[in-house]
Amino acid sequence: MKQEEYITIEDFCTSHNIASEFVIQLYDMGLIDMVFQENLQYLPLNQLPKAEKIVRLHLDLEINVQGLGVVTELLDRIQDMQNEITALHNKLSRYE
Amino acid sequence: MKFIDYYKILGLDKNADQSQIKKAYRKMARKYHPDINPNDKEAELKFKEINEANEVLGDPEKRKKYDKYGKDWQHAEEFEKAQRAGRASSGQRRQAYSQQFEGSDFSDFFESMFGGAGGFQNSRRTRFRGQDYNAELKLQLRDVYKTHKQTLTVNNKNIRITVPAGIENGQTIKISGHGGPGHQGGPNGDLYITFSIDNNTRFKRDGNHLYSTVDLDLYTSLLGGEITVDTFDGQVKLKVKPETKNGTTVKLKGKGFPVYKKEGVYGDLYVTYNLITPTNLTEKEKALFKELAELRK
Repeated sequence: MKQEEYITIEDFCTSHNIASEFVIQLYDMGLIDMVFQENLQYLPLNQLPKAEKIVRLHLDLEINVQGLGVVTELLDRIQDMQNEITALHNKLSRYE
Repeated sequence: MKFIDYYKILGLDKNADQSQIKKAYRKMARKYHPDINPNDKEAELKFKEINEANEVLGDPEKRKKYDKYGKDWQHAEEFEKAQRAGRASSGQRRQAYSQQFEGSDFSDFFESMFGGAGGFQNSRRTRFRGQDYNAELKLQLRDVYKTHKQTLTVNNKNIRITVPAGIENGQTIKISGHGGPGHQGGPNGDLYITFSIDNNTRFKRDGNHLYSTVDLDLYTSLLGGEITVDTFDGQVKLKVKPETKNGTTVKLKGKGFPVYKKEGVYGDLYVTYNLITPTNLTEKEKALFKELAELRK
């Protein structure tokens, strides 16, 4: 495992001033991916933007884990719809 | 420097109690949070204002100072000097959303009155990965017909990027490591560039295919012939079949737009004929058309 591609959950939690239980809950809810090795839990670096976004939503808006599941799901759906709107808009420009 | 009405920002009157302030802040924060409104600069600015208003009104000590000196904030410093001698500061640490904003998190007004944002920094500012930057690049359709290099200035840094041929309007590409610097040895954030492609050509684009309309005179339409049509990067000769109807579309294979990240592969060009009937007919032409009409009876 390349070390620079992962950070330990402990480091992540210290950095963001959150409890490791919270990150485990996010993992259990399927909101983020984690890697387990030699009794340590790691967060792949490609999960960082998503994990940090969830932490911000949790701390700034006081959203609990269940709520975060719903919010991230809806945000993903909005993003998909926006992509679809852009694609349809591009198609529509043919007829303008 | 402009006075900022924090009560107005949160939609409160001056007698609002702490629970009302908290409620108003939460409601507006949910609405304008940058993670709920990605790539929305207006929402980001609004959230910054809301956050700042909450920093002041949510802290009784700051609120008192703001209420007393708000509009005459220039005199607040004198007030503070007089007060400072007699008391030790016990400023409550409050969380301030910071990560998404470039530059200062607080307005000049706030920093003049409360001495900058330094006192509000908290451990959440210490992050591994730098923040992601978002930028929009406006290009013309002709610009994305061929792969080319382009230099962008993002946060005063010049970045040379390759714009691949065939990129779509609204498409976003990620330039890894060109976002904000990482903290504590962590990686830099990423730069996301969204392309806004304006089409001022006579071709309509749908994905990799191009569409155009060409005029066709009556005689070529009836008898067939050869015409020259414009393609995106030149001209081609096209054989027109006899008795071609108005609105007929022909496909010119491989004369469309480049396929994204597939070097040398192109979509198709669809040419639709627009039949032009002759006008200002001479007497002789009228007579000949009548003769033709008779033959069809």
